[in-house]
Amino acid sequence: MRSIALGVSLFAVSVGAANAAGKLNLYCAAQEEWCQVMARGFEDATGIDVDMTRKSSGETFAQVKAEESNPKGDVWWGGTGDPHLQAAEEGLTEPYVSPMRDQLHPWAISQATSAGDRTIGIYSGALGFGYNSDLLAANGLTAPACWEDLTKPEFKGHVQMANPNSSGTAYTTLATMVQLFGEDGGFDYMKRLHANINQYTKSGSAPIKAAGQGETTIGIVFMHDAVAQTVAGFPVVTVAPCEGTGYEIGSMSIIAGARNMDEAKQFYDWALSAEAQNLALEVNAFQVPSNMGAQTSDKAPDLSSIKLIDYDFKKYGSSDERKRLLAKWDSDVSTLPQ
Amino acid sequence: MRAITSEKTTHPVLIFWIVAGWVGFVLLPWYGVEEFWFLEWLTDGWPTDSDYAPGAFLLGQGEKPWLWPLVPALLAPLLVLQRRKTDPVFAYVLLAAGGFGFAWLVAQGLGIGIRGWTADWLAALFGPLEDRQYGMGYGALIVASAFLFLFTQGIAARGAINGDVFVTGAIGGVIAVVTIFVFFPIAKMLAAAFITEEGGYSIPLFFAKFFDNRIWGLGCLSGTRCGVAWNSLFLAVLVGVLTTLLGLVFALVLTRSGFRFKRELRAITVLPIITPPFVIGLAIILLFGLSGAVTTWVADLIGIRPTRWVYGLPGILIAQLLAFTPIAFLVLIGVVEGVSPSMEEAAQTLRATRWQTFRTVSLPLMRPGLANAFLLGFIESMADFGNPLVLGGNYDVLSTEIFFAIVGAQYDQGRAAILSMVLLGFTLAAFYLQRFWLGKKSYTTVTGKGDAGVHPQMPRGLAIPVYVIAALWGTFTLIIYGMILYGSMVQLWGVDNTLTFKHYITAFAVRFEEGGIRWVGSAWDSFWTTMMISTVAAPLTAAVGLITAYLLTRQDFAGKRSFEFGTMLSFAIPGTVIGVSYILAFNVPPIEITGTGLILVISFIFRNMPVGVRAGIASMSQLDRSLDESSLTLGANSWQTFRRVILPLLRPAILAALVYSFVRAMTAISAVIFLVSARYDMATSYIIGRVENNDYGLAIAYSTTLIFVMLAAVGLLQLLVGRTQIGRRLAHEQGGS
Repeated sequence: MRSIALGVSLFAVSVGAANAAGKLNLYCAAQEEWCQVMARGFEDATGIDVDMTRKSSGETFAQVKAEESNPKGDVWWGGTGDPHLQAAEEGLTEPYVSPMRDQLHPWAISQATSAGDRTIGIYSGALGFGYNSDLLAANGLTAPACWEDLTKPEFKGHVQMANPNSSGTAYTTLATMVQLFGEDGGFDYMKRLHANINQYTKSGSAPIKAAGQGETTIGIVFMHDAVAQTVAGFPVVTVAPCEGTGYEIGSMSIIAGARNMDEAKQFYDWALSAEAQNLALEVNAFQVPSNMGAQTSDKAPDLSSIKLIDYDFKKYGSSDERKRLLAKWDSDVSTLPQ
Repeated sequence: MRAITSEKTTHPVLIFWIVAGWVGFVLLPWYGVEEFWFLEWLTDGWPTDSDYAPGAFLLGQGEKPWLWPLVPALLAPLLVLQRRKTDPVFAYVLLAAGGFGFAWLVAQGLGIGIRGWTADWLAALFGPLEDRQYGMGYGALIVASAFLFLFTQGIAARGAINGDVFVTGAIGGVIAVVTIFVFFPIAKMLAAAFITEEGGYSIPLFFAKFFDNRIWGLGCLSGTRCGVAWNSLFLAVLVGVLTTLLGLVFALVLTRSGFRFKRELRAITVLPIITPPFVIGLAIILLFGLSGAVTTWVADLIGIRPTRWVYGLPGILIAQLLAFTPIAFLVLIGVVEGVSPSMEEAAQTLRATRWQTFRTVSLPLMRPGLANAFLLGFIESMADFGNPLVLGGNYDVLSTEIFFAIVGAQYDQGRAAILSMVLLGFTLAAFYLQRFWLGKKSYTTVTGKGDAGVHPQMPRGLAIPVYVIAALWGTFTLIIYGMILYGSMVQLWGVDNTLTFKHYITAFAVRFEEGGIRWVGSAWDSFWTTMMISTVAAPLTAAVGLITAYLLTRQDFAGKRSFEFGTMLSFAIPGTVIGVSYILAFNVPPIEITGTGLILVISFIFRNMPVGVRAGIASMSQLDRSLDESSLTLGANSWQTFRRVILPLLRPAILAALVYSFVRAMTAISAVIFLVSARYDMATSYIIGRVENNDYGLAIAYSTTLIFVMLAAVGLLQLLVGRTQIGRRLAHEQGGS
């Protein structure tokens, strides 16, 4: 039994009645509830047992990398695209072309082609910011509508964002500014923004949680995270910046050397279906699904009304470009006095 | 008496380990079996199916030929059963058989993995290998232990440590497990510091990264920011000193005052230790944050805008003082209680005032406690991860930097390894400083001679500030916990303050149906796993810790100092590093235990063992060696002495170790994040998931439940372990106060 599971699973065909249903080790990097409904949904749809472990994207990447020589997970579902691209670059994930591809938005496919088919887009979410309306009023500030507004002197000490060195969200912000305003203009913007930042948090969604609790006025985050705060009952208003903005592509990859490769591919195809992606409506997930037939929550920010830049995931997802931009941010921006 | 044992020709211990070795080799599955304890393997093809076959059957079927050299090593000890212990052949055979067998097991385990040879040079040397092997199972484990203890019996027979089989075995065992579960994974992790991006090794790169300005910069002296190393160091020293002082204050109130509600005070002081991470941080934000109750109240009072003052050093300091004072207290209470009243009474008889007595007698005798408490506070602060994450603001510290070097956008394990080395360097320095300060003085006061005194009360000049500080800190702790309890029962903390029990119901609902109780709450799975793992880990942790402490204080052997530091190592390293290093080391054969509950138990044992060691050392250095000696002279061997004399006198240390390891197993987070799996999810990792999902109410309700469960557990442990009876009078009224 064990050696079958351990063996080169490409050739491991499910044998015997006990094994017919199979099982799947799912590494899930989205929020807990979403992970739960995905795992249970797949079990209901196929009868395959799912062992789901939920971790943040970075933690999942670290685990997949540490387990490289003896993989324990089969599919890595969810979480922002950069770690998936990084894993693809390092050969930690398996190329796979799903028959479901013709149902997907072009951005989901382009994520796959830029990674040599080792990953694929499952949802996307635009970058933006949210503010705490109570605090804004208490401080007598006008509501910001554009990226440029955040650098106004009256917002000094009111803006919070994550540290791009530790958070994929903040790195997306940096890369967005570089693409929106050009490299010099982007860094100039980051420097002016730096003067208003009250804290660079470690985790990407922390700024909007702080805004929800009234610990900062404005937090720069993915807009779906800001909407989740509002839905949870906090006085948070979500803003799509007027200049346009970048976005993330939440991704899915099959782990190279997965022990349950057949089940992994089954999950992969299922997770791209409209039916599976509609499960997001049951939990508070406000991203845009990658299947064109799937529904988007009515509370989610409407991507068609947001000016999205043509984000170059291949270039800005590569580790060389990332290292260069982060080093430049470290030396030119983070060392400035505030 | 010793002379008699060494003339005997029956060696019960030797026979035991020889039998164990053969049982492991002939009966138990050699390789790892999933769900071993369900014993399904017994009916599923054992003993011939190669997945479940014992080593002997594998060889009999012509498989795994590299196990053949183990057979002579198992046979050899049988030849010396009839010989005397003093016979040189006895010792040599055991040394050779045990040493060779153990070394061969390690070598074949490291050399042959799931893809055949694990290194290219092995394939070049021996030619290609078509076979492979998985992680070792119980069979291999028991055979390895047998070899190890045969080897230590050989050492004992050569006359080391007075030929004491128990002590040599204990030293060998502890060294082996610490090497396997501390040194090996950490070395594997730290090696990343020298690896370049291309995969080669580079020393200059290491130095370039090591002397990075982000680590050692002194910008804070000139208006910008300082490097993380200085931040961490400053914070850790501050926390070490202040927790020691606060711990001492509480220990003094409990032992040297007429305070009436000692029991309640004791409960309050240990409360923070049983609090899951993030909860204290959240409570502090609710009190002192920008929109916090206290901040807005004070700002209104003096007419200024509320500020984010708490984020940064002040916030981390408050949270860490709350969290780590109990540890200092637990170490100090044992020591402060242990200082013999006869000494203090002698001083008073010699007409010393209370103040003189305290300053020149009591306080110096408490030095081992103070030093160990400081060391623990320092190290805990260095390795703490949750509080800086929540309250750190822009005050970066090593532990969070390490975490985000691994899981952050940079994916830079090398940087994590280098930062860990800096952290280890500081810990090492603190450790040696502590040794230097303690010096070679004797702190022995429990001598077994008449010792029926009562501790004198504190001098008045000291008592007043001590009372004030204890009262203030106690009240503060109570307020924080009041906030937490309240937070678990409101709809949405800070926004909608309607009282509700819904969070508890979501987490812990049960339904009574025919056929029993159904645990429908969403938290039950992780709750039971956590309970089970903590319950298994706690006694093992205490045992390993106290045996180590005993060896360190009572026995002399070569390499004792580095051994002592080695036992502190896993504690000093942040959990994140431990977590990742455990995956790196234990996801592949020979020891393949990722995804099991075992890896959680083991990580807890070796992470929390140092507290047992420290508490044990602090208490044991107070016990006079003449106690051991008289026991030995009366014919007991060292195991009996340890069991009957030392152990009962160590009850406070045992309790501290048990409580601490149980509680830490329930509240640890940073190492656990990497080690939990679908089947073994822990409470803390569940709570973090909830916090990330904005379910603060549920997270806090779960934490509150855990607090009560742990309170009950601590009470139960206190009952089970009991108090040390040193034969002192109990009440002060009868004493000379």
